Amino acid sequence: MEEKMEIEDLNLWYGTFQALKDIELDIYENRVTAIIGPSGCGKSTLIRCLNRMNDLLNDVTIEGEIELDDEDISKIDVVTLRKRIGMVFQKPNPFPMSIFDNIAYGPKIHGTKDKKKLREIVEDSLKRAVLWDEVKDDLNKSALDLSGGQQQRLCIARTLAVKPEVILFDEPCSALDPISTRKIEDLIAKLKENYTIVIVTHNMQQAARVSDFTAFMYLGKMLEFDTTKNIFTNPKNEKTESYISGRFG
Amino acid sequence: MKNKYVYALLWASTIVTAMILIFILGFVVLKGSSALSVEFLIDIPRRGGEAGGIFPAILGTFYLVIIALVVAVPLGVGGALYLVEFQKENIITKIIRFGADTLNAVPSIIFGLFGFAFLVYYLKLGVCILSGGVTLAFMVLPTILRTSEEALRAVPGWDKEGSYALGATKLQTIKNIVLPQSLSGIITGIVLSIGRAAGETAPIIFTAAILNPVLPESVFDPTMSLPSHLYTLVSESTPEKLVNAYGTALVLIILVLITTYSAMLFRKYFTRHVRR
Repeated sequence: MEEKMEIEDLNLWYGTFQALKDIELDIYENRVTAIIGPSGCGKSTLIRCLNRMNDLLNDVTIEGEIELDDEDISKIDVVTLRKRIGMVFQKPNPFPMSIFDNIAYGPKIHGTKDKKKLREIVEDSLKRAVLWDEVKDDLNKSALDLSGGQQQRLCIARTLAVKPEVILFDEPCSALDPISTRKIEDLIAKLKENYTIVIVTHNMQQAARVSDFTAFMYLGKMLEFDTTKNIFTNPKNEKTESYISGRFG
Repeated sequence: MKNKYVYALLWASTIVTAMILIFILGFVVLKGSSALSVEFLIDIPRRGGEAGGIFPAILGTFYLVIIALVVAVPLGVGGALYLVEFQKENIITKIIRFGADTLNAVPSIIFGLFGFAFLVYYLKLGVCILSGGVTLAFMVLPTILRTSEEALRAVPGWDKEGSYALGATKLQTIKNIVLPQSLSGIITGIVLSIGRAAGETAPIIFTAAILNPVLPESVFDPTMSLPSHLYTLVSESTPEKLVNAYGTALVLIILVLITTYSAMLFRKYFTRHVRR
């Protein structure tokens, strides 16, 4: 089991408000790492540090180091970094274009022009995201005509199309119905064979179902990090215990 | 009971608004249609506008609007992009926005005066299409800037995030995500500007317009234009000139309507392909 990413002593401030405090976390290759915790604990902020999405915001100060394959991500060109670390968002956000163009968007901006090659990538990505059978006859249809669950799988396929190594999921099911949620969870379980996955969720059952490791965050601190089994059966921190047993949050 | 009065009042306002429009349009059509003919559209004015046509004025208006757009659209859209995508809110953006809004409230004759003093005299461009077009550009610039800014701001943040998360650069995101989605709003601003630039007399009367019915050969030549020709005909108001004045007004209205309508068709065609 190899370490894919390593977070060391990470602190983050929005203006003067400290949102992350001394975070330490190892993310293992081909495993699913879940980050759980009550609203406002900093879990989304943390996952957005991993592909430097917080760079887009004003007035953010970040200290500490995040490594991808032992390389400091602040020294990696941000375009390359985001190619290697994909992200799926809370609200399905397909672009207002056809299904085909959505998937081809990433490869195109990274320089793939060959039509045949693009078609191959689109088909392969949609198959990996288990959406191909549902949309193969409608590739020119607007992506916005798909259902919410299909849109989210489209966004996953769009991420896969740039061939990432790590995929970040920021509460990917919070806008979806239970059946669509189940499909995404099955998909995540399948994707970990080829990708390293980090998922933020406020749904503890989801963390228990899909992840191998779980990190519990509270008020900007990482209180506990262990295998998912240990976190849910034998938590060491009493805050963790009361959160997973539903006493607060 | 109260509801009924409010309803009647609102209904009356709508009707009065529509009536004013219909009355003005109907009046111009009624008075002007007798002047319209193919000759009127393609001939030069003869006997000081009592006979002949208005071709040089149509052409001149066309040139003036083109110059105005060539100058104002890149500046306005570029400025809006800067405000929305490249610069965070601070005192400078507030000043720029306040400046644009103030500029929008400046009477058009002031633009005419400025164009005359700065372009015609100081830069020694002379009375010509370029001076007039640039003056018109200054006049419509705030409209284009502010409507483009609104349109750019309306592009959802999650679409831009999705693009950045795939490794797109800022320019790629602007070109592929932001501009296609805001184009419809930007075109609306341009259409409003075309209507205004084509119809204003004051900004061009000192900077570009002449009475001589000659066709301009370059942007450094002065030109006739529809609104200034109309102004001259009305101020001399012989019966023949008045008929041709209404004809000129009708042509101006029709040209602006055609432009507006085709821009809307384009916008409709475009939003069918890029829709939210």
